[in-house]
Amino acid sequence: MTTTENPPSKAAEADSSLAQPVSRLADRVFGGLSFGAATLILVALAAVAIFLITEGLPTFTADEGEFDRSFLAYVGPLVFGTAYAAAIGLLLATPVAVAVALYISHYAPRRLAKTLGYFVDLLAAIPSVIYGIWGIAVLAPILSDSLYPWLEDNAAFLPFFGPTASTSGRTMMTAGIVLAVMVLPIITAISREVFLQTPRLHEEASLALGATRWEMIRQAVLPFGRSGVISGAMLGLGRALGETMAVAIILAPANGYFWNVITNQNSNTIASNIALSFPESSGLEVNRLIATGLVLFAITFGVNATARKISSAGFSGAD
Amino acid sequence: MNSLKRQLFAGALALTFVAAACGSDDDSSEEIGDTSVPTEKVSSVSGTLIGAGASSQAAGMQGWQAGFQAANPATTVEYDPIGSGGGRETFLSGGSDFAGSDAALKDDEFEQSKDRCAGDQGAINLPHYISPIAIPYNLPSIEPSTLNLTPELVAGIFANKITKWTDPAIAEINPDIEFPDLAINPVHRSDDSGTTENFTDYMAQTAPDIWTYGPIEPWDVDGPGGGEGAPQTSGVVAAIAAGEGSIGYADASQIGELPAAAVGVAGEFVEFSPEAAGRIVDASERTGGRSEYDFAIEVNRNPDTVDSYPIALVSYHIVCLEYEDQETADLVKAFMTYVGSEQGQADGAAAAGSAPISAEVRAEILESIDQISVAG
Repeated sequence: MTTTENPPSKAAEADSSLAQPVSRLADRVFGGLSFGAATLILVALAAVAIFLITEGLPTFTADEGEFDRSFLAYVGPLVFGTAYAAAIGLLLATPVAVAVALYISHYAPRRLAKTLGYFVDLLAAIPSVIYGIWGIAVLAPILSDSLYPWLEDNAAFLPFFGPTASTSGRTMMTAGIVLAVMVLPIITAISREVFLQTPRLHEEASLALGATRWEMIRQAVLPFGRSGVISGAMLGLGRALGETMAVAIILAPANGYFWNVITNQNSNTIASNIALSFPESSGLEVNRLIATGLVLFAITFGVNATARKISSAGFSGAD
Repeated sequence: MNSLKRQLFAGALALTFVAAACGSDDDSSEEIGDTSVPTEKVSSVSGTLIGAGASSQAAGMQGWQAGFQAANPATTVEYDPIGSGGGRETFLSGGSDFAGSDAALKDDEFEQSKDRCAGDQGAINLPHYISPIAIPYNLPSIEPSTLNLTPELVAGIFANKITKWTDPAIAEINPDIEFPDLAINPVHRSDDSGTTENFTDYMAQTAPDIWTYGPIEPWDVDGPGGGEGAPQTSGVVAAIAAGEGSIGYADASQIGELPAAAVGVAGEFVEFSPEAAGRIVDASERTGGRSEYDFAIEVNRNPDTVDSYPIALVSYHIVCLEYEDQETADLVKAFMTYVGSEQGQADGAAAAGSAPISAEVRAEILESIDQISVAG
C-alpha cells in the first residue's frame, strides 16, 4: 500500500481533492445507505437466479424415465404460448398507446391532458387478478357471442381465425386483449414523456415550413420519440411475458402449438402454467416447473437488455 | 430438492395448527358449559394427528376435523391438501401420520411402507371418501328433458368422435329430445386430477373400443386432444356454464344449477345420487395380494345392478397397521374409526357432498381399522 502512494501525479491529487472537498458523517452514512440499497437489488436478483438454477437443475440431471416427455417438448409449447400471448397484447396495445400519448402530449387541452394522463396511470394500478376476472366474466362472453363467430365465418382463410370458435371465449385472443389493456399504461406513459421532450425548435421549424400538425408530428415528434416508444413497448412486453393470474384465469390451455387464436385449444404460458400446476406437483415436477421459470427469467432478461440497448442508442442518436 | 415444498408444507401446517388450535379451544369451552355430555364420549385420545394428500378430500376433511375435534377436545387433526402423489410421498418419508390419496399405494410404495411403519405389515388403504362425478351439460333448449348417455356415447363425445349434438347416435338413445344444431364442446380438467383419472377409467372400462387412451391423469398429454381445458372443478363448471353445447365432468356436489346426464348402467339410465355412488364400493372387488386388512379396490365401472352409479372418485386414507408409539396409534385408530362410522360419513357428506359408503362396507372397514396398533 505504501509503495502505491508515490506514483500519483499532482494533477490526480488535485482531482481527488476537488471531488471530495469535505466529508461529513451524514454524507458517509447516506452514501453507505444508498450503496447498500443498490447492492440489495443485485443481491435479490442473484438470489433469484441462484434459486432458479439450483432448483431447476435436477430437471436436467434426472433419469430419462422420470418425466413423460423431454424438457424441450414440455417447455416448447409454453415458450410459444408466452411469446404469442405477449405479441398479440403488444401488437394491439402499441398503436393505441402511441395514439393516446400523442393526444395527451400534442392535441388535448392542457387540463384534459392532465386528467387523461391520470386515468391512464390508474389503469396500471389495477391488480392483474381483477383484469383476469373482468376478462373471463365480461370480455369473454361478449367476444364469444359476437367477434369470434364472425371471424370464424368471414376470416377463416387466415390461419389465426379458423374453426371452431370457442363458445366460452377462453381463447388466446381474449388473453391477448386483456394483456393489451394491462400493458397500455406503461407504453403510454413512457411514450408521452418522450414526445413531450421533442425539442421545441424542431417542432417550430417544421410548422414554419408549412407543415400541418400531423405532418409536424411525423417529421419531428415521431422520429425523436421512436426509441422511447420502442423501449416502452419492450417494458410492456416484459410485463406481458410474466403476467400470471389474468392468463391463468382466462386461457383454456392445451398441450401443443396453436396458431388459431379463437378456439379453445391454446398453448399455455410459462407463468400461468406454473401457477396452475404447482399445487398438485410433487418431487421432480416441482423442479421442472422451476426450470420453466428459469427459461422465462432468461427471456425477460433478454427483452430488458434489448430494450436498454435500443433506448440508449436511440437517445444518443437523437441528440 | 423438495425443500421448497417442505417449507411451504411446514408453513401451511403452522397455519392449520393455529387455526385448529383456536377451533379446539372454542369447542372445549363449549363443553365445559355443557355438562350433559356423557362421560363415555369424552375419549382418552389426545395429541396432534398429521395428514397430507389428496386435495379432493379437503372439503370432506374439514367436516371430519370439526366432528372429531368436537368429540375429542384434546386432539388436533391437521390435513395439508398437497395432492395425492405428494401425500403418499410425505407419508412414506414419515412426514405425516396418514395420507389421503385418490389412488391406493403402488406396489413399490407398499414395499417402502414396510420400512416406514413399525412391524412388518406395512400400510393399508381405506376407501373412506367417495365423490360422485357428474356429467353436467349446457343445453337449455332441451330442458326439462334429461340427457341419457350410454358409455359408448360418453366415450365418443370425449374422444372427439361425436362432434355434433345432432349426431344420429345421440338421437337414437334420446328419441324424445330435439337437439339444437350445435357443436359439442367437451370440457376437461387442464390440471392433474383424480377426477380425470376416475372418469377416464370409467370410459376405458365401459367403452374400451372407443376410449382407447386408458385411464389418464393429465388429460392433455395422453388424451385425445381437442376439447376445452379448464383448471380445477370450478373452472370446468364455469366453462360449461359459459358456452351452450358444452359438456364436461365434475365433482357432482359442485355443478350447481347445471343438469347432469343420466348414464347407462345394466341397460337402464341412472342419474347420480350419493347413495347410488356409495354402492360402487360394494360392487367392486378388492385388489388383494397384500395384507388381509388392505382395502384397495379395483373400482367396477360395469355394475350389473341399476342401483349403482359407476362414475365416482374413490379416495383412500393410507395408514400403517402398526405405529411406533402409543399416542399416534391411538389417534389414527380413533380418527379412522370416526371417519368410517355412520356419523363420520354423514359429516363428510354434509361438508363435501360426498357419497356415504354402505353399512356393509363400513363394517368390513372397521374390522381393518381395529387392527391398528402400536408395535411390539
